[in-house]
Amino acid sequence: MQVDMTVNGQEVSEEIEPRHLLVHFIRDQLGLTGTHWGCDTSNCGTCVVLIDGEPVKSCTTLAAMAGGHDVQTVEGMEVDGELDPVQEGFMQCHGLQCGFCTPGMMLTARALLNNDPNPTEEVIREAISGQICRCTGYSTIVRSIQWAAAHESAVTVGTSNGSAS
Amino acid sequence: MTATEPQAETDERPIGFGRLLRKEDPRLIRGMGNFVDDIQLPGMLHLAILRSPMAHARIVSIDKSAAEAHPKVVAVITGEDLAAQGLAWMPTLSNDVQAVLATDKVRFQHQEVAFVVAEDRYSARDALELIIVDYEWIDPVIDVRKAMDADTPVIRDDLDDKTDNHIFDWETGDAAETEAIFASADVVVSEEIIYPRVHPAPMETCGCVADVERVSGQLTLWSTTQAPHAHRTVYALVAGLPEHKIRVIAPDIGGGFGNKVPIYPGYVCAIVASLVIGKPVKWMEDRTENLVSTGFARDYVMQGEIAATKEGKILAVRTNVLADHGAFNGVAAPVKYPAGFFGVFTGSYDLEAAYCKMQAVYTNKAPGGVAYACSFRITEAVYLVERIVDCLAYELDMDPAELRLKNFIQPDQFPYETKTGWVYDSGDYEPAMRKAMEMAGYDELRREQAEKREKGELMGIGLAFFTEAVGAGPRKDMDILGLGMADGCELRIHPTGKAVVRLSVKTQGQGHETTFAQIVAEEIGIPPEDIEVIHGDTDNTPFGLGTYGSRSTPVSGAAAALVTRKVRDKAQIIASGMLEVSVADLEWNKGSFSVKGDPEKSVTIQDIAMKAHGAGDLPDGIEGGLEAQICYNPENLTYPFGAYICVVDIDPGTAVVKVRRFIAVDDCGTQINPMIIEGQVHGGLADGVGMAMMEMISFDEDGNCLGGSLMDYLIPTALETPDWETGHTVTPSPHHPIGAKGIGESATVGSPPAVVNAIVDALKPYGIRHADMPLTPSRVWETMQGNHTPPI
Repeated sequence: MQVDMTVNGQEVSEEIEPRHLLVHFIRDQLGLTGTHWGCDTSNCGTCVVLIDGEPVKSCTTLAAMAGGHDVQTVEGMEVDGELDPVQEGFMQCHGLQCGFCTPGMMLTARALLNNDPNPTEEVIREAISGQICRCTGYSTIVRSIQWAAAHESAVTVGTSNGSAS
Repeated sequence: MTATEPQAETDERPIGFGRLLRKEDPRLIRGMGNFVDDIQLPGMLHLAILRSPMAHARIVSIDKSAAEAHPKVVAVITGEDLAAQGLAWMPTLSNDVQAVLATDKVRFQHQEVAFVVAEDRYSARDALELIIVDYEWIDPVIDVRKAMDADTPVIRDDLDDKTDNHIFDWETGDAAETEAIFASADVVVSEEIIYPRVHPAPMETCGCVADVERVSGQLTLWSTTQAPHAHRTVYALVAGLPEHKIRVIAPDIGGGFGNKVPIYPGYVCAIVASLVIGKPVKWMEDRTENLVSTGFARDYVMQGEIAATKEGKILAVRTNVLADHGAFNGVAAPVKYPAGFFGVFTGSYDLEAAYCKMQAVYTNKAPGGVAYACSFRITEAVYLVERIVDCLAYELDMDPAELRLKNFIQPDQFPYETKTGWVYDSGDYEPAMRKAMEMAGYDELRREQAEKREKGELMGIGLAFFTEAVGAGPRKDMDILGLGMADGCELRIHPTGKAVVRLSVKTQGQGHETTFAQIVAEEIGIPPEDIEVIHGDTDNTPFGLGTYGSRSTPVSGAAAALVTRKVRDKAQIIASGMLEVSVADLEWNKGSFSVKGDPEKSVTIQDIAMKAHGAGDLPDGIEGGLEAQICYNPENLTYPFGAYICVVDIDPGTAVVKVRRFIAVDDCGTQINPMIIEGQVHGGLADGVGMAMMEMISFDEDGNCLGGSLMDYLIPTALETPDWETGHTVTPSPHHPIGAKGIGESATVGSPPAVVNAIVDALKPYGIRHADMPLTPSRVWETMQGNHTPPI
């Protein structure tokens, strides 16, 4: 079957099997390997992408279900050479070690900050609680997101078209 | 500096040690890492493994015809096919053998039985369903306590003359001396202490891409390995491939924690497939395969005993351990240390005697044993001693902090030889303990606890003090499969003064690309951003045994410092020629040599690098170029230590445990990058909360693994973990060239006893002295009702 969607602002139209998972479509067919796969059961969140701005686990989403929607992956976070403050925050605050969970964590953080520019630590922890990091013990991820909140520019980047939300 | 070099908010950019943003991060935060599953080669095929549904069964027949008829299937291979090539079995890292694919019978649930190679990953999985295997059930051996019973089925009937499930007996310490002390001690406390089977579960599962080039026979293997050089040699020995035709590349690795040290059947299958088919072949586990078949950790049933005076002077510790090694002895530990470094179970205390007796057995469970940041079984050792010390404190009605402070090895006793023969290099324990207590506000916490107990509220304060033994190891004592545990390092300074350093170790998130640049920078004064760190590629790095057991900084870090000094010594001779003074008249100013007493007369390391490669004569006997290579053989292990305090609250109505605070004071000697050290500690602390309260790989009586997904094997999230409070003291290692000791596993070693001690302390009003991990709400609830049962 054919599926059409917008990925990181680009329209894509591809032939797929109906059973293809979104994570495999993004990684294998589109070659966007920044989205990772970790568990199959929606527990680990390394596969999180934004669909219409909402964090979604792409390992348990059919590619066909994303048809007609707006998908954003980690590759779309940097706009015109400018890092998203969330990306910058993860570097500044040592929010990553092996980097495998990082794309999913950052996209969840981006969605959170789009809805709540000044989240408390409790709210941040709740927001990332559907995702697992085996390296950092989470404190530095929380700090990274707080750093990003404190350094957000007037125009919120990170939505797929780069416009203010 | 490149455009993507991360810039800190402050101007601080240390040339050497200090907080420095990571060189790894710019690619990883852009999704531009290169993990094994990201690799796509032209014509690449996909491999999937058929696994046994039973824990113990004879294979009667395998019908692969339907799978072979699948239009997208290229090959279906069984154990019999491999046996024809002499490849059905492979050596483990403990000189046992393990089936690559089962031929005679399966010995654990999810053991590898056959594999399919197909054009895409979905078709490979589809075809697994088409293979029909007829099994004949054999009663599995699941309860480790019954593995040596007389009527128990023999799991390893593949081994000659094997009539039971025994693997080895091991002992350390002096049995008679220890018994004498126990016989006359005022107080003796005994407790069965279990460290259940857990799993490292790195976020990236294991996998590889094997590509055998048909004409030259060159094998390139992109692999999730923590030890690329050791793996290359083992492949050469197993498959008979010439070692110079094997290139193992470990690209970005999504966490290892020891899970990526062993060689798994899947790697061998992918190599065989590529060899036979002549195309690149990718194998990636799914999460279930990772949890049920790859290197587990722990699984020790320990009888602990401690002897003391009634005043609280600890005299001796004794333990009897039953070790469950699963179906194949796949422990990755130095050959002379079948129980890893469990011998440090004497902990941080000055004892008069100690003794350990251990028996290791086979069961119908997945092989493994040394993984999950355990520092070769020090997790088990530290858990035993720190738990039994708390049991003693309970019996003496003594504060556990006071009991520990009373018994520490004193600073003037270092180097300290323990009663089991380990020589602790340096330590100063009391200041670390006092610092943790001060950070925690220990006395105030105890007052709060007393008030809460009056009101029926459950609050616990748990302490643990650990001494680690890392940096394996001196080659006179330590080897894996005959490979000495030394590490090479090569440094080249290019003509323009930029450098490239090549390591035998391999980061899985620890930040080697940053810290090793800092070590070189510290020694030679070239900024870290001008130093490229090459690692994880056997064709482009010197030989060494890899990253596990917290060994990178103690062994390879020492190699990096010493190779840089070697280059600097040569640079000094070249500088003497340039400045026309003798070598002895030069002094080093981190980045330049100047003439003593005349600091204006100097040359930078960059000037020297250009001279070394440039025109004109060099001093007599000095070759051109500015580079060196060494292989570092450590003199001893290093012994990091730390004091941990955990504070928990338990809801008496639901038995839900909340970790309120966790204070960790670590001493890893000289600190290279405090930011990275803090990160290493944080990660290990979360592991500790996980193991103490959530994680366990369990089995039912038929041998079905009950922890086969992340829905069943629970890993802590941001909600179960507190905001960690960390501090440090610095006691350099006297024998390490920069005094560093290693930090990768300290927190995983030290935190489980702190969390368990806190939970047991909270339950003191119920008369509880011990409870086994994992302390889930249901297990805590049962404990509160007086129904605590061991987890295995």
